[in-house]
Amino acid sequence: MFDKKRELILSEANQLRWEIGENFHDSLMETIYKDAADISSKAVTIKGEKAKFSFEHALDRLVTSRWAGFPIMFLMLAVVFWITIIGANIPSSMIASLLIDNFHPALKGFAASISMPVWLDGLLIDGAYLAMAWVISVMLPPMAIFFPMFTLLEDFGYLPRVAFNMDNLYRKAGAHGKQALTMAMGFGCNAAGVIATRVIDSPRERLIAIITNNFSLCNGRWPTQILIATIFIGGAVPVYLAGIASAAAVVVVAVLGIVLSLIVSWSLSRSVLKGEASAFSLELPPYRPPRILKTLYTSLIDRTIFVLWRAIVFAIPAGLVIWLVGNIHIGELSIAEHFVEWSNPFGILIGLNGVILLAYIIAIPANEIIIPTILMLTVLTSNITGGAGAGVMFELESTQATANILYSGGWTALTGVCLMLFSLIHNPCSTTIYTIYKETRSIKWTVVSTLLPVIMGITICFFVAQVWRLLA
Amino acid sequence: MIDTNQCETCPVHNTGNLTKLGINMQNFDFVIALAGNPNTGKSTVFNALTGLKQHTGNWPGKTVMRAEGAFLFDGKKYKVVDLPGTYSLLSTSTDEEVARDFILFGQPDVTVVVVDATRLERNLNLVLQVLEITDRAVVCLNLIDEAKRHEIIIDDRALARELGVPVVPTAARQSTGIPELLKNIDDVAKGVFICKPHRISSGSKELKRGVEKIQAQIEKEFPGIPNSRWVALRLLEGDQKIIDAVRSGELGTLTKRNLNEELAAIA
Repeated sequence: MFDKKRELILSEANQLRWEIGENFHDSLMETIYKDAADISSKAVTIKGEKAKFSFEHALDRLVTSRWAGFPIMFLMLAVVFWITIIGANIPSSMIASLLIDNFHPALKGFAASISMPVWLDGLLIDGAYLAMAWVISVMLPPMAIFFPMFTLLEDFGYLPRVAFNMDNLYRKAGAHGKQALTMAMGFGCNAAGVIATRVIDSPRERLIAIITNNFSLCNGRWPTQILIATIFIGGAVPVYLAGIASAAAVVVVAVLGIVLSLIVSWSLSRSVLKGEASAFSLELPPYRPPRILKTLYTSLIDRTIFVLWRAIVFAIPAGLVIWLVGNIHIGELSIAEHFVEWSNPFGILIGLNGVILLAYIIAIPANEIIIPTILMLTVLTSNITGGAGAGVMFELESTQATANILYSGGWTALTGVCLMLFSLIHNPCSTTIYTIYKETRSIKWTVVSTLLPVIMGITICFFVAQVWRLLA
Repeated sequence: MIDTNQCETCPVHNTGNLTKLGINMQNFDFVIALAGNPNTGKSTVFNALTGLKQHTGNWPGKTVMRAEGAFLFDGKKYKVVDLPGTYSLLSTSTDEEVARDFILFGQPDVTVVVVDATRLERNLNLVLQVLEITDRAVVCLNLIDEAKRHEIIIDDRALARELGVPVVPTAARQSTGIPELLKNIDDVAKGVFICKPHRISSGSKELKRGVEKIQAQIEKEFPGIPNSRWVALRLLEGDQKIIDAVRSGELGTLTKRNLNEELAAIA
């Protein structure tokens, strides 16, 4: 592709570059700025600027202030969770009673009337359908409440303020200040958060942001946190405090995630990813009145339905797998029982149990289905009577019924706490892992991002369990 | 306010000619690029044009990848590309490169620069850089409602005169001004309106001489190139990507057909 004429142009440009001098870029920028200032002075008139800007400035001073910034942030999160927890229980039990108490027997009846083979009936109706029904009834109500509120905050312009508050901390941890933005994106979806790290220019800082994004609780994990907090934290305090205590517990876990991402960023930037934090400017956008209806629409379509659909898509094969491992027997016991029995000692050691470990293996494709999987496996392995057989979801009418299953599966408050911790600190879901690979193009960093959180989660749960048992 | 609303609902008005096509992008007649500083509402304008529901957020840096959509206006099919927000086209972060490469190599028929009316001076820096690269642009003076609320008055005609391209005040969140925007895009695309874009003054004498020298040679080597002056500036500054594009001849041969693959590789 060598072309004489073109090379001539290039060499001439090289030559001229020396003649023009070094400050070429600066002088060009200066001209641009000067032209822009000239033009805008001809076109713009500003009246009464001071009085009008003061409200936004006052609000900004408050939410980004040194002493009030963080408390306001925690309080806002807590209120959002509290409303979600209080609001989700009733619609949840209504949907459960419709899909599980009414629809499921009807389907079974229909299957019987066309004399469907028992194994097919079990696989499709007791496995796939029930897993799907469970996902919908457990997850839809909290998502339909939580996501619109979160989107309203985003539309209003609050999230960049969170990033502004966090920026200093991330810089001190040796990471890029914009990591605070990608972390906030991760609260929606880690895969989206990983893609969002493209705003970070330095590869070193970008890798740190990618590896630690998983510590932002994602859409798929909020419902788990909220449900388990409602049962084990809300259940441990007097009724009138239950909502507040559970909301506070979820905030604590979310904040712990942020703290962990800071700690891991700090260790990485002091060890394998050494370097200085680079400077950047973050523009605080103006506050804008949120458009309520549009927000409701986008949060329903983009987030609620999207996450729910993903959960259903993954729940159906997971339901099949659960039914299979529950019904294929090797010797006396089913595959599931073999695994649970084998892994139980280790599970108990780290404050969890064999069922949870198996559930986390089955639910690698999507975090969304962890709770339904745990419940189905618990029913399966703890000989709770009344269900329709092995690998079949129990008929659950409310959070209380979920709680009863878990308690009869031998769960304690420690199991609940450790599950909340492990749900925060474990491997990213399959989509996120794939996204990390696509973004880094490195098997090594993909493996690090995947295994580091699992190892940390096991370690942290182990210590919590030991201390808890010492004190209890 | 009331008057414009009545205009927009009147069937004779421009919006009567608009069909939002969402992501149906086959056989388009024109390509439009949406550029602008971060958080000026590019994605909101994009949604208003295409009827798509790209997630918008009050959030600088929300769009890191290009989004694409289409609409039909006055019998012509337009493909719209929503570029990541950038403050300038002269630095080298990934998101800025995506925007710059598209405006330069993608040679969109019209580049719509979305600017924040409340921060016009700062936004003009990017407008001026875009006008160096392309001579077919429309400035969308967005967030005009916020500017009004802050008692900032902008003489959009004076601005249009200075910039040499159409300037359309809009409030995309409320869909105000979108019909006028469409009309102006259409005029520029069809060559009804000929832009005479403002060009950055050259600064020192040596620079001016150098630019003219290189510019003349580039025009000779790549006849019909719309942005010879900008390429000359970049060559003088030693922009590796542009040097490569000149060396390989890519600068002249890039046509719209092989463009999509090129861009897929960039994004």
